Parts: sequence; structure tokens; C-alpha cells
Amino acid sequence: MQKENCRPDGRELGEFRATTVNIGSITTADGSALVKLGNTTVICGVKAELAAPALDSANKGYIVPNVELPSLCSTRFRSGPPGEEAQAASQFIADVIENSQIIAKEDLCIADGKLAWVLYCDIICLDYDGNILDASTFALLAALKNVQLPSVTINEETGLSEVNLKQKNPLVIRKHPVATSFAIFDDTLLIVDPTAEEEDLATGTVTVVTDEDDRLCSVHKPGGSPLTGAKLQDCISRAITRHKEVKKLIDKVIKSIKPK
Amino acid sequence: MEVAEEAAGCSLRPFSCEQGLLSRPDGSATFVQGDTSVLAGLYGPAEVKGSRESPDGATVEVLLRPKVGLPGVAERSREQLLRRTFEAVLLGSLHPRTSITVVLQVLSDAGSLLACCLNAACMGLLDAGLPLSSLFCGVTCALDPHGDIILDPTARQEQEAHAVLTFAIDSAQRKVLATTTRGSCSAEEAGLPAPRPISGRGGVAAATRAGSGL
Repeated sequence: MQKENCRPDGRELGEFRATTVNIGSITTADGSALVKLGNTTVICGVKAELAAPALDSANKGYIVPNVELPSLCSTRFRSGPPGEEAQAASQFIADVIENSQIIAKEDLCIADGKLAWVLYCDIICLDYDGNILDASTFALLAALKNVQLPSVTINEETGLSEVNLKQKNPLVIRKHPVATSFAIFDDTLLIVDPTAEEEDLATGTVTVVTDEDDRLCSVHKPGGSPLTGAKLQDCISRAITRHKEVKKLIDKVIKSIKPK
Repeated sequence: MEVAEEAAGCSLRPFSCEQGLLSRPDGSATFVQGDTSVLAGLYGPAEVKGSRESPDGATVEVLLRPKVGLPGVAERSREQLLRRTFEAVLLGSLHPRTSITVVLQVLSDAGSLLACCLNAACMGLLDAGLPLSSLFCGVTCALDPHGDIILDPTARQEQEAHAVLTFAIDSAQRKVLATTTRGSCSAEEAGLPAPRPISGRGGVAAATRAGSGL
């Protein structure tokens, strides 16, 4: 691979797989998105429920992400409690939500101290062919853009909440974080968007999350071969370019959906 | 206990390390940075159960125990980072079909916890006599609202900062082994700590002094 500068599937070292997005396919969810990065298929469903805000942050709602890697997607995962990779991915998505401020939790509050929205974001991998973090982040972003929350009012006499399903509002998405993952080979070679086969052979991985202001929301390198600072800078620049491509794709898809 | 002197150009909290304090584990070390302290215990090379056995090298397992409560998803994510960092420096191929277990117990958390865990584990690996290709150190940098870089931040400084970056740097070539960030920052601000590991040099030099002194 190093000699020919080309990968087993014919891609260049810096080339991504074909990315496709399908929004709003799950009608029972408040928002959903299906993302395919080559063969890696990830679906994200968002359900909104009502709850009382926490005592120490009375004006904030909750966003609860959960990444599942069921045994359906690959033979490497057994059924049972979530394995290390699924838990690490869930923590990564929670960190991306927190660091990028994709949604301000204050926007999810309906009545201070009494009622707030909880957004349960379930990200399920249907087909595992590497680069799960990029696909999950993208699916989450697309699903959140698709979410329509019903308007809720609190009846002053009874103190109960009244949900109006006919009047729905979209969520205010503040930032658009996009993840770009790289696989490291032998301390020098960096390839973008690794497949499962490339990930198994790689000696390390790096994931960079950027938002539209070219700010870094996360540089995630969980161990693996060492990298120089200059190589990390290259990864960051590539991630910034990738962000623009993904943003264009999301905007195109959102525009193409006819309002219900 | 070895107490390190401050290297030029660093503004780290006073840090110290003690090795070989536990009798049962093959290696143990405690690392104290200011008020943050972590105890590391190592078992290995030891027997590994059937399916996890690897003929290529040692299987590394990391257990991170928080000070209060049961380990959750955040601990699992950190365990994965620590495990992959150790796998990069350990010469595991010298001990195939064995397991190396690193247990980290958080004794107190006053900021820069992950860096302290990395440092404690490195001193523990040395104490256990495991073959390493290089030493490594953990450093945390906080970017405060004025744009200054604070090394080895306290819990309060971490909360006030708009970004906190943790790096694991190896001693052989001063390259970045692992990194994790919290909060958001511009690419220029992040680029500064990575190629300028003064703290890395200070930390590793002091840690090596401390390790060789014991």
C-alpha cells in the first residue's frame, strides 16, 4: 500500500468512501437519520420525553446518547451487555455533544425547575465496516436536524403539562460538528476513513471533530503509535476540509425534505 | 518518596512519586501532582484465560477505579485510551500468551486526573520491570478565557477554561502517543502545546530522575 499509494479498495490515501444520508425514515421517532459510509451503516433515532430538570441546573434539559454495536453488525461483537468499544463510542458522542454545544441545553427547558425535554439519541450500527465514530456523529447531527418537538404549555390552574402534537417546532442546532477519523500505520502513514480490515491492521487511530467555525471540538487519539505534532496538524487541516463537504451534503438533504 | 525539582520553563504543581509500596502486585507506584493522586498496581506477565490469549504478544487489561461510585462509561473510555497507550510502548511480543493487568485507583482528584493516571502507570510499569520501548508522561493543558496556556491545571482552572487538552508524550522521540480534549478551541491554540512539549521534557526528565533514584 505504501509503495503504490493506493488502498485495497482502490481509494487514495486521503479519499473518503461514498457517503449517503437518508433522513426521517423512522416515523415513530421524533427525528431519525440513516448514514452509510461505504458499507458502514449507522442509524440514529431521537425520542423526546419530558422530565424534571436536575436540581443544580434547573434551566437545562438533557441529551442522552447511546451507541449500540449489536452482534448483527459484525462477528466481533457478542450479544450481551455493551462491550468496551460501544461504551467508548457512547462516551465519545457524549463528549462531542458537550464540547461542540450542538444544542444549548437551556433551549430544552420548558419551565425552570419543573419541566424540560430529554432527548434520547439511540445510535445503532447495522453494518460494521470501520469508522464507526464518523458515521455515528454524522447520523446524530442529521437526526437532530430532523427532530420536530411538539409545543408544551403548563396549565396554570392544574399545574399539569399539555402537549400540543399538532404544533411542532424544529430544534435549534447551534453548531454542526463533523468527525474525521484516520488510521495510522507504522508511525508515518495516515489514511482517512479506514475500513474494518484497515482498522485491524492499523497501529493507531486519530479522530478529529471540527465545527463550522473551524474550531476543534475534539482531538481523540486513544493511544496507538506516536505521532509528531506536525502530523496532527495535517489531520486537523484534512478534517476542516471534510467538514465543508459534509455540511454541503446535510444542507442538500434537509432542503430536499418536503415539510409535513 | 522522590520529590521533583521544577524544570526551567514549566509551571507544574509540585509532583512526587513513590514506587514499590504494595507487596502483592508485581509493580506498584503512586503519583501525586499537587492534590491529585493516583495509585497504580500491576500484575504481569501472568496467566490469561482461553479466548483472550494472544500468540503475538501480551494482552493488556486496564481497570480504572474512581474514588467514589462504580466505574461507568467514562471510566471505560479512559481505560481504552490507557490500554492502547500502554500497548504502544510495551514490548508485548516478548511475553506472548500472557496478560498484563494495570489497576489504577484514584485516591484524590484535584484536576489533571488523566495525566496523573498516565504518570502513575508509567512508574508502575517501571517498578514491575516490564520491557518498554520508551517511557511516557501525561500532561494536561488548559486554555483559559484570555488565551493563555496553563499546564497541570487544578480542578477550578479546568472548569473555568474553555478547553482542556491532555497529551501522553513518549520519551524517545517526544511524539504524541495519546490525546483527548474537552471543550472547543481554534486549531492554532491546539497546535501550540503539541510541538512544544516543554512540560513533556520537564515531566519525563523529572520522572526518569525520580524513577532511577528509587
